[in-house]
Amino acid sequence: MADREERRFAEVSRDSVRLMAESTGVDLSDEVAALLAEDVCYRLREAAQSSSQFMRHSKRRKLTVEDLNRALRWSNVEAICGYGAPDALPFRSVKEGELFFVDDRDINLVELALATNIPKGCAETMVRVNVSYLDGKGNLELQGTVPTAVKSLSDDLLKYYQQVTRAILGEDPHLMKVALLDLQSNSKIAALLPYFVYVISGVKSVSHDLEQLNRLLHMVKSLVQNPYLYLGSYVRSLVSSVMYCILEPLAASINPLNDHWTLRDYAALLLSHIFWTHGDLVSGLYHQILLSLQKVLSDPVRPLCSHYGAVVGLHALGWKAVERVLFPHLPAYWANLQAVLDDYSVSNAQVKADGHKVYGAILVAVERLLKMKSLSQPAEGGTSGPMGSVVGDMGYKVSSPGLSPPPEPLSEAALGIASHLQAGGVGCPWEEWTPVPLPAMYCELYSFFGDSLAVRFSTGPGFGSYPPCPRVQVSDDRKEPPGLASNPDTTRKMPQLTANLNISPRQDGSPRTDAPPPSLVVPGSGRALARSSSSSTSVQRSRSSSSRLGQRSAGLSREVFPKSRFTSPQTGPPVFSFLIGGRQMGQRCQGRRPFQTTFAPTPPLPAIPPRAYAHKLPVIGRVGKPVRCWACSHYSLHLPL
Amino acid sequence: MAAVQGSLVESVDKKDIKTEPSEDGGGNNNNANDGKILSPSPAPTTPAEGNSTAAGTSVDQQTLLAVLQFLKKNKLSESVDILRREAGLPEDSLDSKGGDSSGEATGDAGRSADADGADASSLLSRVTVSSSAVAPAPTKAPSEDQPDVNVVLSAYSQQGDPALYEVYYKGLKKFIESVLDCHRAELSQVFYPLFVHMYLELVYNSHENEAKAFFDKFSGDQECYYEDDLRVLSSLTKKEHMRGNETLLDFRTSKFVLRISRDSYQLLKRHLQERQNNQIWNIIQEHLYIDIFDGMPRSKNQIDAMSGSLAGEAKREANKAKVYYGLLKEPEIELPLDDEDEEAENEEGKPKKKKPKKDSMGSKSKKQDPNAPSQTRIPLPELKDSDKLDKIMYMKEATKRIRLGPDNLPSICFYSFLNAYQGLTAVDFTDDSSLIAGGFADSTVRVWSVTPKKLRKVKSAADLNLIDKESDDVLERIMDEKTASESKILYGHSGPVYGISFSPDRNYLLSSSEDGTIRLWSLQTFTCLVGYKGHNYPVWDTQFSPHGYYFVSGGHDRVARLWATDHYQPLRMFSGHLADVTCTRFHPNSNYVATGSSDRTIRLWDVLSGNCVRIFTGHKGPIHALAFSPNGKFLASGATDGRVLLWDIGHGLMVGELKGHTDTIYSLKFSRDGEILASGSMDNTVRLWDAMKAFDDLETDDFTAATGYIHLQDNSQELLLGTYTSKSTTVIHLHFTRRNLLLTAGSYNP
Repeated sequence: MADREERRFAEVSRDSVRLMAESTGVDLSDEVAALLAEDVCYRLREAAQSSSQFMRHSKRRKLTVEDLNRALRWSNVEAICGYGAPDALPFRSVKEGELFFVDDRDINLVELALATNIPKGCAETMVRVNVSYLDGKGNLELQGTVPTAVKSLSDDLLKYYQQVTRAILGEDPHLMKVALLDLQSNSKIAALLPYFVYVISGVKSVSHDLEQLNRLLHMVKSLVQNPYLYLGSYVRSLVSSVMYCILEPLAASINPLNDHWTLRDYAALLLSHIFWTHGDLVSGLYHQILLSLQKVLSDPVRPLCSHYGAVVGLHALGWKAVERVLFPHLPAYWANLQAVLDDYSVSNAQVKADGHKVYGAILVAVERLLKMKSLSQPAEGGTSGPMGSVVGDMGYKVSSPGLSPPPEPLSEAALGIASHLQAGGVGCPWEEWTPVPLPAMYCELYSFFGDSLAVRFSTGPGFGSYPPCPRVQVSDDRKEPPGLASNPDTTRKMPQLTANLNISPRQDGSPRTDAPPPSLVVPGSGRALARSSSSSTSVQRSRSSSSRLGQRSAGLSREVFPKSRFTSPQTGPPVFSFLIGGRQMGQRCQGRRPFQTTFAPTPPLPAIPPRAYAHKLPVIGRVGKPVRCWACSHYSLHLPL
Repeated sequence: MAAVQGSLVESVDKKDIKTEPSEDGGGNNNNANDGKILSPSPAPTTPAEGNSTAAGTSVDQQTLLAVLQFLKKNKLSESVDILRREAGLPEDSLDSKGGDSSGEATGDAGRSADADGADASSLLSRVTVSSSAVAPAPTKAPSEDQPDVNVVLSAYSQQGDPALYEVYYKGLKKFIESVLDCHRAELSQVFYPLFVHMYLELVYNSHENEAKAFFDKFSGDQECYYEDDLRVLSSLTKKEHMRGNETLLDFRTSKFVLRISRDSYQLLKRHLQERQNNQIWNIIQEHLYIDIFDGMPRSKNQIDAMSGSLAGEAKREANKAKVYYGLLKEPEIELPLDDEDEEAENEEGKPKKKKPKKDSMGSKSKKQDPNAPSQTRIPLPELKDSDKLDKIMYMKEATKRIRLGPDNLPSICFYSFLNAYQGLTAVDFTDDSSLIAGGFADSTVRVWSVTPKKLRKVKSAADLNLIDKESDDVLERIMDEKTASESKILYGHSGPVYGISFSPDRNYLLSSSEDGTIRLWSLQTFTCLVGYKGHNYPVWDTQFSPHGYYFVSGGHDRVARLWATDHYQPLRMFSGHLADVTCTRFHPNSNYVATGSSDRTIRLWDVLSGNCVRIFTGHKGPIHALAFSPNGKFLASGATDGRVLLWDIGHGLMVGELKGHTDTIYSLKFSRDGEILASGSMDNTVRLWDAMKAFDDLETDDFTAATGYIHLQDNSQELLLGTYTSKSTTVIHLHFTRRNLLLTAGSYNP
């Protein structure tokens, strides 16, 4: 009852009636106006009621002017003309006078008549059928997504499609450029998207023609960059086409003169680009791709060029992908690669060259992995501590030994990073993957690459005079300054690190995925933490949930420490480890000291010898590429020896 | 709208003459009319005419006065005026006689509008005898255009003190609230009609403020399903508005039917008599029809299930007539049962093998269903050779039919109309699912071929002369290959096409439109053959008979019409609905027609006699979808209230209620074997219901014939087998192919 009371009818007030009368020059008395108003209300309701009948029979929910006019006509009232337009009429008010009116704009008929862009009529009405539910079960494709795909192409669109595909796949490079540019900016080609995607999926049929493959990849790029296109589930198809170019032993690669490497690089770049921009469209895609890359990588039968593709693909997907997939596989893979590289027979020359390519790609990938990882961790740990001075002390101790990893001090320092991690993880299956601590990782990688890896870190003592970057102190380590200031020597010894602190959060290294794939969110995976860049230092399981809480979580981590085993701290790049360790110390205050001491004597890692062999390998010149694709700041770490 | 109202009033008046079995009733003098109660009026004559001629025969003053009184009681004030003027009688000659207005005795003795000469004279004598009870009605000068309306309205002129209305109503309310629980629900039914009539009386007598106060005070007490009507009512505050208001006319011209048990009725009567509450008693006597039954009073749920229609429930007598709901015997067709390949195999002939098979097929339909009408009850068209071929095709397909059930739901194909910016209003499939037709708001009808076979026109006459008429493939040769296309557009209507129907032989297409016409199109030449005019108002729906030739239509003029394709005038007019006829369906045996209406009732009409044989009430909104079960026993109906109701035609009972849809149901269809009922709605869903279970459960129940009501379990959820959504496509048509694949159609509205 109450709410019926509220839903009174809209009523036409007598003032409105009088106003209307005045506008036609009639003066009404109050009494007449009131009577008229009441009658008008009634007639309006009557008209609305009978017009709703027309609406119901037209199977619509919206009452249109047409319906009202029909009702009026059947009750012998003149229809209202001029309101048939489907768009809403703007309802304006005049402030002074409290007057409301419908805006009636003037239309320039001349302009309209002479307009050149004559709108085309709507497409032909048609019936399309789709099996919506088979045996009572739903079809995967929802009804309603279909029309965009099946929507009939107008002649114009068809022509456009033909021209563009012809231009892109044709001979004229200039035409291709124009077509690609248009594809990138045209806002009206949504209906053609399935067709283009289909064309692109033709990569499999032109695997012998690098040029064509390249053009198709460019087409992908244009489509991806077109801001008006909603790729939707077509992302999957595009990605699979791109993956084809990255991974498959293309027919074109039989001829060593063909530069399929560049194609793979480009495709990998494109893949990462699709992720960064459209990764959120298809859930779980990231995970799928990692899996397929992993599969290729772990398949020794595949040719080296496929492996190369997998590596650059991983590299392009970000350092986390490298850490997750490439790094665990490296030991197993290394044996194969080395066999290839060690074979000096003439017949093997081509394969060996390929092997060098792969080697270079892996090197580039792991280097960035190391850098990004080291960067991300200080960033996480950058929650400062009151004991900045301790940091300095520790750091000094650690860094002093220089290149050769000093067993004792480092063990303490590295604890900060590594203490929470399980050992090994090398080549472990996908599910059980656990992040490997940076030192362990470095040490392992060093065992493979030797100095060709170390070179790029250039943590030698001779460069201690490198000035710290002041900006960093302000931006990231606001609470740090006292500590740094109090230990000028130390800061001088770790210029690289500090200099890069501000970069790390941005270069997070993992593509934009809306929700990280399930396996990646496993509690304790360092990735989750790294993503929230302001989170705590340690990465263990118990804390990942509270990672956002930053400072508070640092305290939490303490309980977990005893459990963790500290494996191979020695080889970690000293600079990073000490800093982090120091901070940890600072936060933990006294609580850790006894614990640290228990770990003090750690056996030196047997990983150093391989350095000798590493020297055998020249640094393969693939440095340029990644530099180009990724911000140069990565290489700010690189100090020439 | 005048014409509509006029004919309506007239037809309804005829229906009104059914008297209630009240003990105090003056006289049941209208037995002669019983046979005609439900008959439509084939030739509308206004009652005024009929009566004035009857009156003209009288000579002496006495008789004249009697006639005048009779007319007055019939609210035929115009005739009274005319007669008085012609006879030169003074204005008060009648009123002098009218003493007390007890009203009770008047009963409905004189309300018969039958203009039968002999009947009239007998009536006259009766009226003169009981002339003591004439209300001192102020005679209103009838307006020129709508005399009938005024006549109707003048009934409200008798009235008491407006201030007392509230007291009366309150008193009754208090009384009903104090009676035993078992009676309360039944007696509460009185509230709504009483409320409406009291309100209208107040408005009619220009007690505007009292009326408003009355409305505000008591409108909240009414059942929620009357909300729509109450809304109309509340906007009606002036006597001037009453004229020409359709809803009001419905209230007045049709008696609101209540079903009350004898006990409850006695209770009410005693109360009113004790209180001398004549005001209310008058209204009950005049405007309400109380259908008294012996037995247990009904519960609130039972009452709610059946009420909701514009004019209360159906009278029990209305559903008493025998309905032959059985199916007609299938014509014997020489069935080449074996497939072509098999035929090729035993080309030499194994006729022995074929015979037993034929018998097995024939035995099924050999026995005449006792509930089936006789084969020749209505003349049906002869089967042509092509029809026989089609029947054979049908049987072949039927053998491949998928047996549906709760565990075996049909696959659904959705036919989306794309780019239908002009508004899709109606869809139909041919029975063999080879063609689909759409009616659009832009007055066009479009036909598509669903199969790869293109639509072709017949060649022009000149070209037809050239072809060899003796050749075997003459049927193929007459088609013009140049015109082959996937779809054809039929132009001809001048308003939205609301109804569309293919003929069973796929040669014709019917379309009904807002322009008041029904058009018959040839699917051979794709031209309009006939325009059937008769409705004069929008025609909401039309459908071909399952045997072809006949078709039915219903529209805004509240009349459903039966047509034959070769007659330009209707064969039958089914009038009785109090509001628009919104949908029409043929019974599978072609002997009956069901119509759904905005008055929230469903009526079943006998094609042979034109009588209304069933009235189903229970929907709370305009009915927009009807479907007969394939065995002809049941009817399903869907309405704007989002509910599907199931009806047993033979018993005239509601047997099920399917709740689930959230918006108007626009289409209903039973699967070919009747196991599954599919419903399509504006809420973008198709729902499948277990019809077998719904009807099986019923048979175990025993009918409570006295109340005409069966206990309904609330088992919609159990019966719902599946809900299937489309993204933004309202489902406006459903069709089961001969193999039980469900086809749905609607327009995609992005």
